[in-house]
Amino acid sequence: MAVRVAARVLLAGRATGPLKVLGAPISFWGGVAPETGRIVLPGHPDLGHSVAGTVLALPGTVGSSSASAVLLELLYRGLGPAALVLAAPDAILALGAVVAREMGYATIPVVQCPLDALPQEGTATIAEDGVLTVD
Amino acid sequence: MELTAAERQVLNDSARPALALAMGIVVEAGRMLGAARLLSVASAHIDGCLYHGDSGVHFLERLVAGGGRVAVPATLNVGALDLLHPDLVGGEEHRRAMARRLMDAHVALGCTPTWTCAPYQAGHRPALGQHVAWGESNAVAFANSVLGARTERYGDFLDISCALTGRAPAHGLHLDANRRATVRVDVTGLSPALLRLDAFYPVLGAWLGAAVGGAVAVIDGLPADVGEDALKALGAGAAATGAVGLFHVAGVTPEAPTVAAAGGGAAPRETITLTAEMVRAARDRLSTASAGELDCIALGSPHFSAAETRTFAGLLAGRRPALPVYLCTGRHAVDELDRDGLRADLEALGVTFVVDTCVVVTPILKGGGGAMMTNSAKFAHYGQGNTGKGTLFGTLSDCVESAVAGRLARDESQWR
Repeated sequence: MAVRVAARVLLAGRATGPLKVLGAPISFWGGVAPETGRIVLPGHPDLGHSVAGTVLALPGTVGSSSASAVLLELLYRGLGPAALVLAAPDAILALGAVVAREMGYATIPVVQCPLDALPQEGTATIAEDGVLTVD
Repeated sequence: MELTAAERQVLNDSARPALALAMGIVVEAGRMLGAARLLSVASAHIDGCLYHGDSGVHFLERLVAGGGRVAVPATLNVGALDLLHPDLVGGEEHRRAMARRLMDAHVALGCTPTWTCAPYQAGHRPALGQHVAWGESNAVAFANSVLGARTERYGDFLDISCALTGRAPAHGLHLDANRRATVRVDVTGLSPALLRLDAFYPVLGAWLGAAVGGAVAVIDGLPADVGEDALKALGAGAAATGAVGLFHVAGVTPEAPTVAAAGGGAAPRETITLTAEMVRAARDRLSTASAGELDCIALGSPHFSAAETRTFAGLLAGRRPALPVYLCTGRHAVDELDRDGLRADLEALGVTFVVDTCVVVTPILKGGGGAMMTNSAKFAHYGQGNTGKGTLFGTLSDCVESAVAGRLARDESQWR
């Protein structure tokens, strides 16, 4: 059964991809390798998983102020997530998506909503108005 | 979000494309953060000069080509190269060339080439209550907590955009309501010896970040004369393991003459009593490797001050390390150390100075695998992901004794 959530739009756009709900907060800097799109933080429950092409749901973000640069580089290389779903707004990370749009790399939606309403997997679609559907 | 006429004019100023782009980014950030307006900032500290890939270089060069120029004094965080020791950093030629272009583009925009993550020890010290736009999580924690300046954590691109425009979103730690402590951390039960231990402070920070996350804590019970380098290590640890941009220390930091004052008159919602067992558990989480893997020592995250380097030299006492020792610091400290020849003395013993950058942000450490020993919670937290090396945490004296012995030598009795 499809789950439908009206998320707050931080950066508007449309996307579809496999939903990936991270098991713990992460800093993109030091946590995601910009060359591969894989999670490299030791001890992270999703260590080794790729964020590329996913609708990536983040329970939280921590640490460094360079997360936006890592996101921009992922989008420049075509290794970025298809969309970000944030449990809490994180301008440091989302700015990477804003700059990617300004630089003409990609426009990925960034939305905010509680993650407990989401299933652990499925195909997620985000509409321009922030409605997130998971099938 | 409400913009002034001047801000709107900049946003649409086709004659100044870099400024318009920067204003667009500041406004977009403000909108995402739910800020009601922008405010003026007095200075900036820019973290965006560290190379993470070609995309960042292209963005910065677009600002340069568009006539960008900083509107306020702006210092620079570490780059990916040691400009004073160009052969120290490895990696392929393309990466080194692009890292250099990124650093040059920031200087071309009018930033001051400090190349340090401890700008607050390189003369950049905003006043109590002054709004600034700083990047680099440890510098943000220090500016807010120790100096009482007001900044949110400005990430790459937003930091330089704030510097170009002199504006930042009025939100988060810029606002009184978000600076009040809601959690009290009671350390009065810890032994005086533990509170005097240098490595207690990064461990306290690492524990704090993991325990309180983005909440503002007031730490109650630290010695009134706790030093600036200890607070630096505390903030760096807290900002590495959690989104801590501000902490208060009762009787020490400027917005916390008392616990009550730190809470803005309101009692803390929660008190956490820290025990020696909790401290040791937090310390143990900073070590991921086994003793046999140790193959180097990494110091200076945040960049060592001249005082920390002198303490290190005193502990080394003229002995020659058997393991490679990398001491990361900034030009501000090197200039001071060079005046009495201390850097040359340490280099003669085989200590490698890493200036303008550090060992976890760029390829310097030799060989894959192995483990680095450090007294920095930040190095310990990021070491494995960024360098592939495991980590072993210890006090500064543990690091020195291990370096000299060529094997792990830690004195557990310090942690009681």
